[in-house]
Amino acid sequence: MNTTELEKTAGQEAPARTRKPQGASTGVQPIVRYEHVSKSFGDLEVLHDINLDIAPGEKVAMIGPSGSGKTTLGRMLMTLEEPSGGMITVDGEPLWHMKSKGRLVKANEAHLHRMRGKIGMVFQHFNLFPHMSVLRNVTIGPRKVLGVSTDEAHERAVTMLGKVGLGDKLDVYPSMLSGGQKQRVAIARALVMSPKIMVFDEVTSALDPELVGEVLEVIKEIASEGEMAMMLITHEMDFARDVADRVIFGAEGHIVEQGPPEQIFENPQSERLQSFLSRFRL
Amino acid sequence: MWNWDYAWSILPDLIAALKTTFWATFGGFIFAAIGGLMLALLGRSPIWIIRAINRLIIEFIRSTPLLVQLFFLYFYILPTMFPTAPTALVSGIIGLGLHYSTYMSEVYRSGIDAVPKGQWEAAKALNFPRSKTWTSIILPQALPPTLPVMGNYLIVIFKETPLLSAITLVEVLTTAKNAISVSYRPFEAYTLVGVIFLIISYMFSLLVRMMEIRLNREQSASSGTDSPSKPQSGGKARLNKEVKQQA
Ligand SMILES: Nc1ncnc2c1ncn2[C@@H]1O[C@H](COP(=O)(O)OP(=O)(O)O)[C@@H](O)[C@H]1O
Ligand SMILES: [Mg+2]
Repeated sequence: MNTTELEKTAGQEAPARTRKPQGASTGVQPIVRYEHVSKSFGDLEVLHDINLDIAPGEKVAMIGPSGSGKTTLGRMLMTLEEPSGGMITVDGEPLWHMKSKGRLVKANEAHLHRMRGKIGMVFQHFNLFPHMSVLRNVTIGPRKVLGVSTDEAHERAVTMLGKVGLGDKLDVYPSMLSGGQKQRVAIARALVMSPKIMVFDEVTSALDPELVGEVLEVIKEIASEGEMAMMLITHEMDFARDVADRVIFGAEGHIVEQGPPEQIFENPQSERLQSFLSRFRL
Repeated sequence: MWNWDYAWSILPDLIAALKTTFWATFGGFIFAAIGGLMLALLGRSPIWIIRAINRLIIEFIRSTPLLVQLFFLYFYILPTMFPTAPTALVSGIIGLGLHYSTYMSEVYRSGIDAVPKGQWEAAKALNFPRSKTWTSIILPQALPPTLPVMGNYLIVIFKETPLLSAITLVEVLTTAKNAISVSYRPFEAYTLVGVIFLIISYMFSLLVRMMEIRLNREQSASSGTDSPSKPQSGGKARLNKEVKQQA
């Protein structure tokens, strides 16, 4: 479905999937805010003064050459990598900091644990638990982390696995699945924790080309359901155009250009983006 | 010259003494397995002081002879620590257990290191607390590959039990010595001790080999074509090498 056209013709918001407003430009409190965030590995600064808001439910696609810092940006949100400078705010609360006696200090594990409950991530290499069946991969989070009963966790997992088209693989072990199936299990495993923002880090890059489609379809389906914000790091330009409310182009640790997909893909402003996109056109 | 009649006459006593040897072996092994796991986990503590102390304990125990440790424990530390001094068997189990826990901790460590980093990250992304990450995700993957190496340590500990004769434990070697002190015939007695150890060690090692084969089969079934979790095989090779150095 082409949302842009609908918006144009109807002169109002598309009924099926509304375009989310662009982060900071509205009064809505962003679900994620990066303020002057930088990240260095040793002496090498890989992200420089990043400022970025993601609105609740907004689907943001991150594109850019490899090595530009997209993964690092997502990993800092998932608390896998600590920012070297600046501040990340999730749902109105600092992620890596907390208030203590009126001052902002480095977050402790309890704070990080509470914040992490709002964030989810799907990895390029799936990272499924190989010693657990598909079903247990998905029930273990709700059971061990959310404290949900076994029956309830089972029910939620079955529903979620059905949604990603793996209702018939409950008792199978990950090693018996194709890459596309593994990634769909990983998506179900992350979704069942009901995060408010989910990072998808090049989730199709490790897949055989013929398996990419099934995974992207599942993500599109989830995106169309709405409330969860998504940070979609991807090299699939058609997918980014279809799913994203906003596309961000980054290079060498800077956000170079951002805007609605039609603008980014049809009318790129910067030379860098133009040359980047020309590599995806045949 | 070898005297069959004499050999047969002392064999029942030697075999009876095996019971004590087995107690010492399994007791020491279980102590070492649990102690080793604790040392391995302490070695992963986020608090550096704990890691440093852990390192120090391991280095200290490893670089002093087991025999000296046994003497020290049996004749000095344990009697001063407890109102009634523990028996030679209990002291021996503690001594063997402590000593080998430092080696086992290295085995666990290699097993833990072989779990891919992505597993930790997935656990974090699902918001697993640290303790549950260990119990549900990391250890269930880290421990099975260490089983054959653990089995080899069981054999090593078994072969070390004659040392306990030095702290008066009446195990197989002490029983042989006692027989010799009466008959003055060391040849049969020591030969039998050697043969008994040979047969039992060999049987143990066959069991370990079988376990290893089964594990390899399970492993290749469960890792399949899953590239990200491949490092496991490398970790296992490392594990095996480690025991060889020790055994
Ligand atoms: N753990 C790390 N240690 C050192 N350098 C890293 C680490 N992770 C990423 N980098 C470097 O940071 C830069 C950005 O990497 P990354 O975020 O993975 O980019 P992208 O996902 O856009 O390809 C790269 O130059 C990469 O080599
Ligand atoms: Mg990347």
